Amino acid sequence: MKLYEYLGKELFRDYGIPVPRGKVVSSPEEAAAAAEGLADVVIKSQVLSGKRGKAGGISFASSPAEAKTEAERILKMELNGLVVDKLLVEEKLSIEQELYLAITVDGSARCPVVLASLDGGMDVEEVAEERMIKWPIDISIGMQSYMVREICRQLGISGNLQKEFISFLPKLYRIFRALDAELAEINPLAVTPDGLVAADAKVTIDDDALYRHSSLPKIKEKTALELKAEELDLAYVELDGNIAIMANGAGITMATLDIVQHYGGAPANFLDFGGGADVERTAQALELLLGTNPKVLLINIFGGITRCDVVAEAFVQVKESRGIDLPVSFRLVGTNETEGRDILAKVGIKAFTTMDEAVRHAVELTGAA
Amino acid sequence: MAIYVNEKTRVLVQGITGKQGSFHTGQMLAYGTQIVGGVSPGKGGQKVEGVPVFDTVFAAMEKEPAEAAILFIPAPFARDAALEALNAGLKLVVLIPEHIPLHDAMEIMAYAKAKNAVVVGPNTFGLVSSGRSKIGIMPNRYFIPGPVGVVSRSGTLCYEIVGHLTTGEIGTTTVVGLGGDRVVGLHFIDVLSQFEADPDTKAIVLVGEIGGSAEEEASAFIKKSVSKPVIAYLAGKSAPPGKRMGHAGAIIERGRGTFASKVKALSAAGVKVAALPNEVATMVKEVL
Repeated sequence: MKLYEYLGKELFRDYGIPVPRGKVVSSPEEAAAAAEGLADVVIKSQVLSGKRGKAGGISFASSPAEAKTEAERILKMELNGLVVDKLLVEEKLSIEQELYLAITVDGSARCPVVLASLDGGMDVEEVAEERMIKWPIDISIGMQSYMVREICRQLGISGNLQKEFISFLPKLYRIFRALDAELAEINPLAVTPDGLVAADAKVTIDDDALYRHSSLPKIKEKTALELKAEELDLAYVELDGNIAIMANGAGITMATLDIVQHYGGAPANFLDFGGGADVERTAQALELLLGTNPKVLLINIFGGITRCDVVAEAFVQVKESRGIDLPVSFRLVGTNETEGRDILAKVGIKAFTTMDEAVRHAVELTGAA
Repeated sequence: MAIYVNEKTRVLVQGITGKQGSFHTGQMLAYGTQIVGGVSPGKGGQKVEGVPVFDTVFAAMEKEPAEAAILFIPAPFARDAALEALNAGLKLVVLIPEHIPLHDAMEIMAYAKAKNAVVVGPNTFGLVSSGRSKIGIMPNRYFIPGPVGVVSRSGTLCYEIVGHLTTGEIGTTTVVGLGGDRVVGLHFIDVLSQFEADPDTKAIVLVGEIGGSAEEEASAFIKKSVSKPVIAYLAGKSAPPGKRMGHAGAIIERGRGTFASKVKALSAAGVKVAALPNEVATMVKEVL
């Protein structure tokens, strides 16, 4: 779960990391009030999308009246499909240099890793590899001062800046650990006449650990269908095509999408209903798919933990209760295959045994092949 | 031969009295796995499928010493159970559960490293040395002995590909599921080096997917240290960037971990990449 910038900055403040003075607002009038008493301000849209600056979601003002006008403009905007309803109005920093600092999870090293660079700012993704310092942290000892000194040496910074890093980095690591973060990123980390200030805050919490952080607000920027799928604990992603796809397991679901495309079809979604689902959950997954009005339904089941008879039964249940009038291509093998096939046969559906046949049939049914 | 597990490996099942734990204990016993004990706090003294249940891993180890443990434990409690197994001296710990918090997984991996133990998963179907023993949840009948080593990030897709091999009457030495999470114990290169050293493994199948850099790291390793033929299949060719496709790993970010970069790396290492899952068996046949 990504946190809005203003929430990330509240966290930073709680852990003693300097952030600019400012306020989160949701109307032009509040923006004007927030700019009162500050010289120049920056007005930042609070959406969970990168590249806000490039998309026009960040603006500057040098008076409360100007802040009001700018806030009015940004509050009406849609940024990468997300409507702006909150702004962060804060003091404009006098920035001497923009650094980059982040802690994230390194899958290859199986541990946290510090990323640091002197070339922070908008184009940090393009920073040359040798200009981005990577320091893996042994989680059993955590962040130590010597690590920060070594990171500073590799960055080539010393003196006051090094002193600030030694106080700064352990705080960021504490946030990373305490909040079960996948990412705690500051870009840019501003060098100002008053020292280091976190000019931005990007904190992502591990979804699987949210149960340990019930005090955090629930943040969701998803479509209604994706939210519904989440309620049902289904992995669901909307796509643009017309073949609705349901399979069990992320890998095989992705492979199903790939094969559909290989044969010239267009997937309407990714839906992995996982392993071991019962009739009710399988039926709910089906209902959800049918709600998207696809042209063809493709079900690809290789039963391991998932039982074929359960899937077949759920299908028949939904078919009988609401009527499935669109063409269906069904592939069914694995655990309790015979029982599953018998159930489908009763409603006149002959399931395929291979994924290839089922996909080709689905594509034919759309008329694309 | 087989890697990591064989018919002599003594296995403990943590969470043996639960629905999944008891069901898969039965399945593993049916496959020939030496399940010597189960652990379920507060349920010591019971039996599941004829297997004695203990309150703690230490109690189990006193009566029935084992080398491996498999966990059927709800995600919030998995770290505790995994650390217990490692502390008690188990050298192979298979983490079946999905949704284990990332930070818990990192702590488990750090402790396993200190204990010189191997962790498989989390979010894995486990591993099976065909015809000998399985420590996992894969359907028994597809895993017949033969000359091919298989290593996969995803579960059902791996069954799919092994299913095609089995239909083509090609068996497997060992099949290892690495797990779909961002932090997992075994990586491709660990398993590849074992297959390279195993005289019975004549060819290797690698099943990967988009996201992360595991396939690129595997490619570099194969180029340098693997002499046996490797066939690969990769899922996620059609996935749009920035969308999370279920697995924590299956996401493309910042242009890294893309399908194209993985195919390029694997091809450069001499790996043949199948366009469709059902081509893998045919391609394996050609190199055997």
